[in-house]
Amino acid sequence: MQMRLMSYRNAINEALVQEMERDARVFVYGIDVADHKRIFNSTKGLVEKFGTHRCFSTPLSEDAMTGFGLGAAINGLRPIHVHMRVDFMLLAMNQLTNMVSSYRYGTNGMLKVPMVIRAIVGRGWGQAYQHSKTMHSCFAHIPGLKVVMPSTARDAKGALIAAIRDDDPVVVMEHRLLYDVEGDVPEKMEDYRLGKGRILNAGNDITVIATSWMNVEAMKAADILREKQGVSVEVVDPVSLQPLDTELLCASVKKTGHCIVADNDWLFCGYSAEIAATIAEQCHGMLKSPVRRIGFAFTPCPCTRPLEDFFYPKATDIIKAAETALKLGPTDLTGEEFYSYENKFKGPF
Amino acid sequence: MITANTINIGLYKKLYLIRRCEELIVKDYHRDEMKTPMHMSMGGEAIAAGVCTALKEDDQVFGTYRSHGIFLAKTEDTDDFFAEMFGRASSLLKGKGGSMHLCAPAFGFMGTSAIVGSAIPLAVGAAFAHVYNKNGKVAAVFLGDGAIDEGVFWESLNVACLMKLPVLFVCEDNGYAVHSPASARHGYTSIAAIARQFNCIVLEDSTTDVRKIFDLATGALKEMTERASPGFLHLSYYRYLEHVGVNEDFDSGYRSRKEFEGWKEKDPVAIQRKNLLHLGCSPDELSEIERQIDAKIAASIDKARKAPFPGKEVLYEEVVCRCD
Repeated sequence: MQMRLMSYRNAINEALVQEMERDARVFVYGIDVADHKRIFNSTKGLVEKFGTHRCFSTPLSEDAMTGFGLGAAINGLRPIHVHMRVDFMLLAMNQLTNMVSSYRYGTNGMLKVPMVIRAIVGRGWGQAYQHSKTMHSCFAHIPGLKVVMPSTARDAKGALIAAIRDDDPVVVMEHRLLYDVEGDVPEKMEDYRLGKGRILNAGNDITVIATSWMNVEAMKAADILREKQGVSVEVVDPVSLQPLDTELLCASVKKTGHCIVADNDWLFCGYSAEIAATIAEQCHGMLKSPVRRIGFAFTPCPCTRPLEDFFYPKATDIIKAAETALKLGPTDLTGEEFYSYENKFKGPF
Repeated sequence: MITANTINIGLYKKLYLIRRCEELIVKDYHRDEMKTPMHMSMGGEAIAAGVCTALKEDDQVFGTYRSHGIFLAKTEDTDDFFAEMFGRASSLLKGKGGSMHLCAPAFGFMGTSAIVGSAIPLAVGAAFAHVYNKNGKVAAVFLGDGAIDEGVFWESLNVACLMKLPVLFVCEDNGYAVHSPASARHGYTSIAAIARQFNCIVLEDSTTDVRKIFDLATGALKEMTERASPGFLHLSYYRYLEHVGVNEDFDSGYRSRKEFEGWKEKDPVAIQRKNLLHLGCSPDELSEIERQIDAKIAASIDKARKAPFPGKEVLYEEVVCRCD
């Protein structure tokens, strides 16, 4: 398989270009998808290559434009609606929850909704409490919606292609900080299937199930724990939240006997609770320590960096949770460098 | 004689069909076999029949929870209609929708929403797909005056006008959103006057004469094609029955019987019947038309009553596709 090192943003862009070339029914729309910034460059080149009828910016009408996508989808088109922030998509919750998710069921399958909704999770440089939400548990909660949240460039491309080809509405959640992360990406991803998780790092001693950006933190924690504690961490990225690859998750936990869930969201009633419940139900008696959950502080997201640092969980929190679960002494963190978005992301958006 | 009046007779057939279906629902609702919240179209039949007849057969229609009228006007499919009212497996929806969520895509009846205003943007997206596919179809969306209070109406009207899409917005204005009169909800006087500020063809009328509504809608659709513009029809009518349910509610205090009686004098079904007699149809001919429709409805109700309920396997069908 032909692999290229590619950023997450370019992987998304490549998926869009390839699918629009392949299928004339695919079109991309949303607030500012066709402006000079092109959604952090993820929609670059689409207007030039496919024309303004297949890639166009819209009025600031998230609710109506979601219903617009539904109306187009039930007529056989394959709309991709883009939201620069998940927070903006919340204006469309009525359409998403009452219309898009239930149209197939409500028409007993006479009408299908092959629609993709891309929503970007913000973080850093003062995004504060209305540009930083994830809320994937809310979307995954609704029957009829599929939800994916890839953390690698490879899965970003594969999941988006599969979402576009899927006959049901799929919410694709992309983390803004992941846009700069690079990875190997195949040129062709024809066989990618929604609903499969990925083991990002194989290990035997403890399982970390992480979502979205938390996979970057989990991989860092895994490196440090291997080097400093000789602990082998298995990092499992569900990639798809609905449907969820419970088999993959449970197989890992049954092997290691320990499970940390690091979710890119609040914990209370969040997706981490769903995963923890699934592990409790399916791995009961095989757990050597309680499932531990790591997530955002239960506050709205603050703006200033020092408070933001307290708000977001990081690799060190995963390391501490592993120390407790495995009854290890404190890990020596001297000389370790942790991710700081300032190295890549200087805002403002 | 009949050929000269084909359109007028066709319009009357739709009016009579809708009225009789609902009269039979009123008659039988107390038997508790039709367990679905009925929002009755009675009084508004001329809008449903007039506009749906003006549309081409493959034009699409979207509606609201009060869609018996437009569903029957567009499909005339009483078998499917009553099967769904009775919640039986023999309906296309297999009991998943009921009165508030009728749908028959084969007839261009693309669905409804029980959340006020929520089907409006679907018509805009459908119209976009028709332009995209260059198929010449129009998407019509019926909405109540209550939907005008919703932001999504204005968002949708704006997008349709901006993109010059073939959407026909049909506001069926009965003066009340549930039980609140327009005067308690609107910080303005005329919906049509505001709509005229958009780049849109706007027409309004308070007639209950189905032929006049048919002509109005036909003219609007022609102009929409010529000018590549959306259209907005503001049509007044009177809701004969309560907001939801099959009873009158003139003793509940928010509206009066006197108000109703003014409208009842120009009842759309009676007017068109009188018009046809005036145009030379014989009473016998009309009675025969009515008899045939009555027989068709009776057969549909009978079939629905005898049909089985959906089984457990139907519950999980069509939530999402069966993935490999």
